[in-house]
Amino acid sequence: MSASLLGIELTYWQETTLRSIGILAAVLLPAGTFVYLFLFKMVSFMQSRLGPMEAGPFGSMQLLAEVGKFLQKEDIVPERADRKLFKLAPYLVVSTVLLVYLAVPFGPQMTFVSNFNGGIFYVLAVSSISALGVLLAGWASANKYSLIGGLRAAGQLIAYELPMVLAVIGVVIQAGTLNMEGIVGAQANGAIFGFDGLGNPFFFTQIVGFCIFMIAVQAELGQTPFDMPIAESELVTGYITEYSGLRFLLFFIGEFASAGAFAAVAATLFLGGWAVPAAWADLDSAIFNLLGPIIMLTKMMILGGLIFFVRFTFPRFREDQLQRLAWTVLIPISLANILVTTVLKVAF
Amino acid sequence: MIGAVLAAAQNASAPVLVAQNIAFGIIAVLMIISAIRVVTAANVVHAAAFLVVVLAGVAALFILLGAEFVAITQVLVYIGAIVVLFLFGIMLTRAPMEGTESPSRDNWAIAGATGLLLLALLGYTLWDGFGKDKIPGDLTPTDTGALSDVIFGQYLVPFEVVSLLLLAALVGAIVIARRD
Repeated sequence: MSASLLGIELTYWQETTLRSIGILAAVLLPAGTFVYLFLFKMVSFMQSRLGPMEAGPFGSMQLLAEVGKFLQKEDIVPERADRKLFKLAPYLVVSTVLLVYLAVPFGPQMTFVSNFNGGIFYVLAVSSISALGVLLAGWASANKYSLIGGLRAAGQLIAYELPMVLAVIGVVIQAGTLNMEGIVGAQANGAIFGFDGLGNPFFFTQIVGFCIFMIAVQAELGQTPFDMPIAESELVTGYITEYSGLRFLLFFIGEFASAGAFAAVAATLFLGGWAVPAAWADLDSAIFNLLGPIIMLTKMMILGGLIFFVRFTFPRFREDQLQRLAWTVLIPISLANILVTTVLKVAF
Repeated sequence: MIGAVLAAAQNASAPVLVAQNIAFGIIAVLMIISAIRVVTAANVVHAAAFLVVVLAGVAALFILLGAEFVAITQVLVYIGAIVVLFLFGIMLTRAPMEGTESPSRDNWAIAGATGLLLLALLGYTLWDGFGKDKIPGDLTPTDTGALSDVIFGQYLVPFEVVSLLLLAALVGAIVIARRD
């Protein structure tokens, strides 16, 4: 970890404290913005209604009111539930989201673990733990709807993790590194057929990988075309049926914070992350520790908008269609993508 | 490697990694307690949950040794895939919610003997391979690129043989599971 952020000298513990607060902000800020901007306002616009208007200007304080509401509610544990696992599961789900952000760079020095060689590999590994929390939540609730929801969710997470990992491999081959800072650098310093005015965002060359990654993200998040695990018309709300109060809030935060986390990862892999093309500005200057997060947030909002636009547009997949899409369509295409990328990488 | 860590802890003249040794102690104790709970837990889902702690402890030990790629693989493969599949299988088949149905322990003698044999084999291999080697005081993370160069260069043939073996196991599983 370098000892200067924005040119101010800090001691190690001061910097670590700042970074920890930064991570919390990086998790909660996009999650809150996603909920307000897309879940409350965009969907209201799409459905010709106003959405929340009472709390604050244009209902912008609605989110705080919701958090206050959930905190007041009683935290009920069903009588026959497995108390310890029931209480542990939501924390497991939320902590995986926090861990994902450790490896995502937000500026030249704005990463928690700097120069992390296994960066993107780590992100994929940590995000795979959330399946464990979901399964345990479904089982510990001692409710058949919860159990079926948990099983569906875990089956979906396992199935869509594969195309996600395989889609990332294309980017890794092209960048030549697993390090997320290296991937950002490769895009900022790259050039498209000798033209470096745009850098080389992998969105263009890895468009197939990008599409597969975003479909897999939609499924990993359980957003609507893939919301079989919490299908409210048949399973109440799946694995969160028995949760109330703070623990329900944790699942809720986990869902939207991981939407933010995956949007951040996708922005880093395909849209150039915090950087602008290196031809535009000197990326090593300290000012990018301030500009970087803003650029990153903008890209995350674009991708988040995409995720929620799809969520409110498409009807739900049936369970067998959902599994068939992953195993017979997405995985073969992503394997072909890896093959083509490898051949082109060797050829050029 | 673990023996080497302990040896380094006992030898005061060597540069001792204090923080690493404390962390190793905490992780080791947690792992041993959880490992005992894996085989004594009354509920099979609880046993799987304790298994997660043991496997996560292994990953943490790899990180202490600077082997970040192996640690991440440990998390991705063992926690993210294998334990999830265990739980998936348990819940899909019977999901013993009541906690009254304790897993069968009829084969405890054979299992214990196998465990001891494995311990002796691994212990001997570690002792034989590393002896009184010490971990260098300045640990640097292993370079992932260098690791892949070794796997796909020096050890290419064993790697391909292992992948063929896994493929054969996969095909075998499908053949056994198919009803028609």
